[in-house]
Amino acid sequence: MLATTYRRPYRVAARHVPDPVIEHPMDAIVRVLRSCICGSDLHLYHGLVPDTRVGSIFGHEFVGEVVDVGSEVRNLNVGDRVLVPFNIFCGTCYFCQRELYSNCHNVNPAATAVGGIYGYSHTTGGYDGGQAEYVRVPFADIGPTVVPPGMHIEDAVLLTDVVPTGYQAAEMGDIKENDTVVIFGAGPIGIIAARSAWLMGAGRVIVVDHVDYRLDFVRRYAQCEVVDFRSVGDMAIHIKKMTEGRGADVCIDAVGCEAAGSAMQQFTGVKMKLQAGAATVLHWAINSVRKGGNVSIVGVYGPTFNAVPIGNALNKGLTLRMNQASVKRHLPRLIEHIQEGRLDPRAIITHRAPLEEVSDAYEMFSRKKDQCIKTVLVPPGTDNVAPIAAAPTNPSEVSP
Amino acid sequence: MNRPQDRIPGWGADLDRANRPAVPMERTPPRLEGVHWSDPPPQQQTNVEILQSTEHFKRPPVFGTSVPPRGLSGWIRRRAFRHSENDLRHWLMLLFADRVDVVESMVSDARRSPRAKSAVVLVGATVVAACLLRRSGY
Repeated sequence: MLATTYRRPYRVAARHVPDPVIEHPMDAIVRVLRSCICGSDLHLYHGLVPDTRVGSIFGHEFVGEVVDVGSEVRNLNVGDRVLVPFNIFCGTCYFCQRELYSNCHNVNPAATAVGGIYGYSHTTGGYDGGQAEYVRVPFADIGPTVVPPGMHIEDAVLLTDVVPTGYQAAEMGDIKENDTVVIFGAGPIGIIAARSAWLMGAGRVIVVDHVDYRLDFVRRYAQCEVVDFRSVGDMAIHIKKMTEGRGADVCIDAVGCEAAGSAMQQFTGVKMKLQAGAATVLHWAINSVRKGGNVSIVGVYGPTFNAVPIGNALNKGLTLRMNQASVKRHLPRLIEHIQEGRLDPRAIITHRAPLEEVSDAYEMFSRKKDQCIKTVLVPPGTDNVAPIAAAPTNPSEVSP
Repeated sequence: MNRPQDRIPGWGADLDRANRPAVPMERTPPRLEGVHWSDPPPQQQTNVEILQSTEHFKRPPVFGTSVPPRGLSGWIRRRAFRHSENDLRHWLMLLFADRVDVVESMVSDARRSPRAKSAVVLVGATVVAACLLRRSGY
């Protein structure tokens, strides 16, 4: 099969590799119909995630069709169209019993601090990813969700990570009515977090970035205020000026370890790797939020350490919340939001590319060329797949 | 009309925390359907070498088998896994192994590439010819 394989920093290639097989009785094999390139894939692509082995298959956002199931799979059938949360989880361990599916303890031998994720290095379990024609899906009875009738395949693929992560970012901010919410990052996660903040009753939503086309997009799509940090002298002072001197009620980090905005952080965190990425946004968030406020972090950082102003967080009495999204717990509510028209995720898709051209697609996304916000990859032979799955036919209604 | 509730479709739909799917943060029992096994799930069997964190006291039941450790980078990775996740050496050695892996893979790719083979043959033939010409007094 064709798959996106890692070659070296700043280089992936579509290569032919062996098809996946059932390795556990609760596995399924899914034929991928659509996958996405995620902003966090760029951390892998840039060589920042430890234990990213050459030849690994990337991709943790995908939808597909079940083509094979293991002997213990009871709830999924061959032919089902499924969206597959990026978390791999067992459903029964201590953490899954608390709905902390992204923190599952039974799926990642390489690390205890993070659960299992498709196509995201051996640090998250060594699973092959979904930017391929086929993928092995463990715990198939509980991970995948059958795509609801009437749902567009591109909305479904965005429900595997982007939408739940953006939504959870807002939720972890514990937004109250008329709160002022500042979101750092106008990428796909920040865009969805902005929309989600309105759903939770925010009074003001302000998105900070430095990429003009992304600021334009989020201003229109999320009807929010925007700040270009290049035109701001000091971020904390600027946010305080916008909020009567108090600071924002909630700050959200939707950027992570490759943030621009500080040459010193870029040098120590990204170039020299003396810390686990640039902590610029963590600084801004802690120093821009009001006393007693909430900081929500969904931007990805490495496993070592970052220099952050934790003393300010203490003195201000902040609540810091962070986690990888537990996709499965959010899905029922997010599906309702899409069906009711409160969210329209696929409007953030700007590019669709054949899987064969994945190398160019990564380069475009990484360099923010051609006003790229979100790219969907189309595996060979799936161009003409129905965007909306046919409803299951009830045999009793079929005319003889 | 400038109030967000007047202009944002769906504003406040999840204002009530009861509508927020991750509140409370830890929710027991989980809202999962179709779980027909207990903890721990059946153990995955494999012949692939799996490197395991020293902070895991037993092998997790399910894991990925992509790209087993190999070559010098694999040796470094095995050494890295002698240290816990709590130890900085673990992560720095893995990052170093990643760079070694890249070099090993480039060499391996070059060995398999017909173009690289041709280039090596061409360079070798040129060097041999130059040596012969020099010996012959040209």
